[in-house]
Amino acid sequence: MSFVSQFKAQAQVMTGDLRHRKFIRRALRNYETVRDARKASFQDWPGARQRAAETKWQAVNHLDQHLEQFAAKLESRGTKVHWATTAAQAREIILKIVHDKQAKSVIKSKAMTSEEIHLNDALEHAGLNVVESDLGELIVQLRKETPYHIVFPSMHLTRDEISELFQRELGAAATNDPEELTMIARRALRKKYLTADIGITGANFAIAETGMISITENEGNARLTAALPKTMISLLGIEKVLPRMDDLALFLPLLATMGTGQQLTCYNTLYSGPRQPGETDGPEEWHVVLLDNHRTELLADAEQRDALHCIRCGACLNVCPIFRNVGGHTYGTTYSGPIGSVITPHLRGLQEWKHLSSASSLCGACTETCPVKIDLHHHLLQNRRNAAKQKPSFGEQTAFKLFAFAANRPTLWNFGMTMARIFQPLQGAVKGSMLDPAKAWTKTRDLPPIAPESFKAWWRNRK
Amino acid sequence: MSERENILGRIREALKVGALVPGLHGHGQPASASPLSSPRQWLPKVGDSFDEQLALFAKNAAELKADFQLFKSADEARQAINSLRDKEKWQRVGGHSGDLTDAICPTLNLPLLRTDRPYDVHELEACDAGISECDALIAQTGTVLVTNRSAGGRALSVLPPHHVVLARRDQLVADLPAAFALLQQRYATNYPSMISFITGPSRTGDIERIMVLGAHGPKKLTIICF
Ligand code: SF4
Repeated sequence: MSFVSQFKAQAQVMTGDLRHRKFIRRALRNYETVRDARKASFQDWPGARQRAAETKWQAVNHLDQHLEQFAAKLESRGTKVHWATTAAQAREIILKIVHDKQAKSVIKSKAMTSEEIHLNDALEHAGLNVVESDLGELIVQLRKETPYHIVFPSMHLTRDEISELFQRELGAAATNDPEELTMIARRALRKKYLTADIGITGANFAIAETGMISITENEGNARLTAALPKTMISLLGIEKVLPRMDDLALFLPLLATMGTGQQLTCYNTLYSGPRQPGETDGPEEWHVVLLDNHRTELLADAEQRDALHCIRCGACLNVCPIFRNVGGHTYGTTYSGPIGSVITPHLRGLQEWKHLSSASSLCGACTETCPVKIDLHHHLLQNRRNAAKQKPSFGEQTAFKLFAFAANRPTLWNFGMTMARIFQPLQGAVKGSMLDPAKAWTKTRDLPPIAPESFKAWWRNRK
Repeated sequence: MSERENILGRIREALKVGALVPGLHGHGQPASASPLSSPRQWLPKVGDSFDEQLALFAKNAAELKADFQLFKSADEARQAINSLRDKEKWQRVGGHSGDLTDAICPTLNLPLLRTDRPYDVHELEACDAGISECDALIAQTGTVLVTNRSAGGRALSVLPPHHVVLARRDQLVADLPAAFALLQQRYATNYPSMISFITGPSRTGDIERIMVLGAHGPKKLTIICF
């Protein structure tokens, strides 16, 4: 099945699943309240967004300089920096480190980049034991699923489903208390931290000025991942840079506000090297893998370059009526929701993924919410335009040519309208059926009745 | 050519075409991107006086379910930590050497695992609490700022189930910009390899978005300030 027919089939199932829709709405209700309260606590929220957008613009539009500075700073303190153009290269780099270390087990903290390059599959294939340590990620890993949402990976699951999963996979006792379920995961992972050979993390920001990565999390799992194993690997997209360390004074609260409605996430941690002389714990070796994986292609599209400003807060997913109705898995992509619909065509092929840009009501809620002001809904339109330009549809072109032909000829147009008025009542009989030529469109929509007289006629006849 | 050069080359090629600055509708350059302008003007307001800031920190800590205890003297702080020991029946704690820890911890009369010297993480895992100092308390967000240099390494503040922070009143700073300024001033020539902004005890909302404390890090965070 092609990606588009898969999407359509899955979307149809999910939009009909009222339980799912209600569950997601309920899960997001509290988020909306606290997020709005947090936004209101800023002295100037629009000013903060504008500043953030400009800072990211600076970072991305001087990306080469920032990356060089970032890498040089890291290397000066003993970190090994690797560069990967493709997902395959990134996997190879990481597998080689793992082999060199003769590692048997890996503990991971949440990293969407690792989902992007299917790192777990590659590591498991190489015979390693891989454990996700973020609770939500662990849950979807045990279910052999992909994350449902980039910030809340397991938000689609009920506590009963999670309880069943833990009983089956972890041999846990039955309970549907969220606290007890969390403690089951805590106990199960403790040993893994202490024995894992390698810790793998992502990063939320890469600070060029000081050569640091910044990791945002609530659970403490990334802190442990970066403290206990002997070797640490961090995989991040090249667009993660921020010019200066104190840019974080704005970006950390911004990310927390939009991501979860917190003032600040529990742990925001900066790493600038492996264990330094005189330090008593932390990894002996640290590898930072910088991933391109088609980001430079998105960079080359100046019109949509701002999509690289994304800080993966997930806010645009939360407000998107499409996401909330079809759910995260329907997209079939690593990044779902509006930002996923914008960037997936760049990362994985425009023709194969253009349907995501059409699956939008263009309400603009995403653009309005995005803390770094990415022009998301216009980018959806641009993707549609680019796709049509690259591979025009014969049917559509013919239809519009006919329309233009008729619309330029008043007699023909009036004749057509008269005929349409006569025949429209008949349309109801075939609407949505095999006989209806516009079935794809009319199946779920009503055509408004054509006015009994045209505006021109009404004007002429008025008293 | 190395992948590094390949990637940088593609970036330079791509950047030959400029992109518009967001929000300016094609007019001008970003004014605020100057390193001199501080984000303070947009961030949540913090009172000017020390007392206001202290009250704000206490309010934030309470919201975060951290236990903020304020005392007038080191003696009171000693009593407070002793009563924590008794209440939670601590057998063994992790800690490090420093002005505040050295002044307070001996009163506990418990075996102390020092993490500012080579140590065994299994032993730290078995500790009932980790007691550390910090670099600053941030009023704006109720945050404890630690580094692996000031707070006994990377694991002490996150592995034991209870993290106890010892702080002096004058370590309170107003907001995040002030905290970053302090880091720069203190460490710019040689940053500690880990700097962490700890805002409340560890938590998760991954099960039905219901908040649970103590996901992987400490279930409890106590801040003893004197
Ligand atoms: S596009 Fe904007 S709103 Fe969406 S995840 Fe990225 S930063 Fe957040």
